[in-house]
Amino acid sequence: MADPLLELTNVSTHFHSPAGRVRAVDGVSFSLKAGQTLGLVGESGSGKSVLARTIMGLLPSYAEIPEGSAISFDGHNLLTLDRKARRAISGPGIGMIFQDPMTSLNPVMKIGQQVYEGMRHHFGTSKRAGRERAIELLTEVGIPQPDVRVDQFPHQLSGGMRQRVAIAIALACEPKLLIADEPTTALDVTVQAGILDLLQREQRDRGMTMILITHDLGVVAGRCDNVAVMYAGGIVETGTTLSLFARTRMRYTQALLDSIPRLDRPPHERLQSIGGRPPNLIDPPAGCRFAPRCAHRNAHCDTDIPPITADEQDPSHRFACWNPRDPDAEASDKATGDAA
Amino acid sequence: MSDILLDVRDLVVEFPTRKGLVQAVSGVTFQLNRGETLALVGESGCGKSTTARAVMQLPRPTSGSIVLDGDDLVAAGKRDLRRLRRKFQMIFQNPIASLNPRKRISDVIEKPLKIAGELDAAKRRTAVMELLETVGLDPAVAMDKRPHEFSGGQCQRISIARALILEPDLLICDEPVSALDVSIQAQILNLLEDMKQRYDLTMLFISHDLAVVRNVADRVAVMYLGRFCEVGRSEELFDSPAHPYTRALLSAIPVPDPTVKPKPIEMIQGDLPSPISPPSGCRFRTRCPLATDRCTSEVPEMRGLPDGRAVACHHPLIGT
Ligand SMILES: Nc1ncnc2c1ncn2[C@@H]1O[C@H](COP(=O)(O)OP(=O)(O)OP(=O)(O)O)[C@@H](O)[C@H]1O
Ligand SMILES: Nc1ncnc2c1ncn2[C@@H]1O[C@H](COP(=O)(O)OP(=O)(O)O)[C@@H](O)[C@H]1O
Ligand code: SF4
Ligand code: SF4
Ligand SMILES: [Mg+2]
Ligand SMILES: [Mg+2]
Repeated sequence: MADPLLELTNVSTHFHSPAGRVRAVDGVSFSLKAGQTLGLVGESGSGKSVLARTIMGLLPSYAEIPEGSAISFDGHNLLTLDRKARRAISGPGIGMIFQDPMTSLNPVMKIGQQVYEGMRHHFGTSKRAGRERAIELLTEVGIPQPDVRVDQFPHQLSGGMRQRVAIAIALACEPKLLIADEPTTALDVTVQAGILDLLQREQRDRGMTMILITHDLGVVAGRCDNVAVMYAGGIVETGTTLSLFARTRMRYTQALLDSIPRLDRPPHERLQSIGGRPPNLIDPPAGCRFAPRCAHRNAHCDTDIPPITADEQDPSHRFACWNPRDPDAEASDKATGDAA
Repeated sequence: MSDILLDVRDLVVEFPTRKGLVQAVSGVTFQLNRGETLALVGESGCGKSTTARAVMQLPRPTSGSIVLDGDDLVAAGKRDLRRLRRKFQMIFQNPIASLNPRKRISDVIEKPLKIAGELDAAKRRTAVMELLETVGLDPAVAMDKRPHEFSGGQCQRISIARALILEPDLLICDEPVSALDVSIQAQILNLLEDMKQRYDLTMLFISHDLAVVRNVADRVAVMYLGRFCEVGRSEELFDSPAHPYTRALLSAIPVPDPTVKPKPIEMIQGDLPSPISPPSGCRFRTRCPLATDRCTSEVPEMRGLPDGRAVACHHPLIGT
């Protein structure tokens, strides 16, 4: 398939707050081919969830998507559709999973009914067929005793099991795109690994396209074809997972990689921290948004927005940086300072 | 002076609830040598925080002994305990919630000094300012602000200052960086390491993040459902786990390297059993791929291995 399933062009999402306009997402562009997985990585507040909600059309009324933003999904330009037409496309076409399954699950509705509700709504599936399908889906996502669980309520399950139910719900309408927003952040590592394995299996078996949102570079490294790194509302670097890790260009991406404690390093080794903290999105820096924290900034960085540049070896690997890292010369940066 | 600062034996913590007795910690024994960092790892609900809080005597444990520098904290009366408290302090996961929102930062950090009845007001103020500087905050800016005016990472710096103002011997850290972003996490881990050197601290460090543990700990204790599975030097435990649960935990860590494919986890998926009615014998047996009949009938005792670590398993992964 040549056409991308999802294509974002210059998408921004701003919130009107008493203190001013919050530029939560600012000029994001990327495209995703059918069947591919994209890991969207960034620290908290970088705009990952707002971007996901923008694609889903789940924004509060005081959010504004400025003129010039376009989201094309499966051939439809979502932002030009009215509410109803949009729901008819993204409702069954895009599934979503959230960090805390309790926020997406209805506490007073039986699990089975929550799984087949979407099918009833979008496809008019009967109650009986829906219940059957719900049991099949619960089995598929690894819920023990699915015929018992189908009639239980969310509070009767553990956090990991609730997330499996949330996955069953998201898969029920056979979505083309699945967006998982930090699906394992609230879970233990052993549970996390099981959930990630499940998502990966479903993605493969169904040929589904997936966006896996996480703050953990470890989670995307082993499981996504492509990675996009977000910082302060924008995508600062994107490429195949292999290229992004092996030939990191943008200085923030490298600083982030350098600050992770590693299992293969000796105890008590000093970590490379990034000084300061992310900017206020009401009044972000004029040039590169990472400039106030960057050890490599040059004369352009404070005043001019860095242009999107393609890596010389792999043009699908793109980054926004005035003074990019030379992956052939620098093994790893001993770059940023330690001060707060 | 003994090399052992903290000696915990047969610690039991139980909570009576409507559904029955929650056996949160069921007979845990460990020692902390002076100047070392012992990490406590395990999944949510296994009893890490309860163990830490029992050392703090918040609340007092159900049974067992906790000897700090020769004084038994469990046996100590209220007055003695108040006197001893300056020797052991704790910092928590949620830095903002753990600070009183109505108090100014200077008051928050000064309070332990005031309670201890030490120094006059002017000297206390100087001490607070010096310490703020030490933990990386500008006293001129920070002194008169309130906690909500700071980020999570800055609040954790403030918590660290509050815990260190009385120069304790033991610092207990309960998931001190779990709520922070990676870039801020590294700042705080480095700060804790600096403080450890500067104040000769001994640390009990709780974390569910094994890569963080690998960075901070000299020794690691792995906990499952209220009991210790394995205790040993960090290198050995990470390089060749002896307990099946340790191996499962290690195999589940996501590695930030795309050339390393995720490994299957050698552990039966499912829920943590209820701490009200834990499995008989080995508590891990319902999820252990190596479980035998013996694991159902007999509780595995902690045994020493030749390399100095201790493991509680009938069929350990490395020879005894
Ligand atoms: N005050 C209490 N009353 C009843 N049960 C309690 C109480 N405090 C803790 N528990 C129970 O004791 C067990 C151990 O809890 P604890 O908070 O120590 O776990 P933890 O290892 O720190 O978990 P986490 O990683 O989620 O912080 C859990 O089953 C918990 O529900
Ligand atoms: N409903 C909202 N109203 C106002 N600001 C918001 C809202 N949701 C998110 N934001 C702001 O948008 C920015 C990006 O948030 P978010 O997408 O949730 O970050 P992430 O998911 O990357 O942690 C943050 O500054 C956040 O405070
Ligand atoms: S554009 Fe400049 S400030 Fe931004 S990351 Fe690159 S070098 Fe650093
Ligand atoms: S004692 Fe038995 S059940 Fe427990 S960890 Fe060892 S082998 Fe597994
Ligand atoms: Mg989010
Ligand atoms: Mg805890």
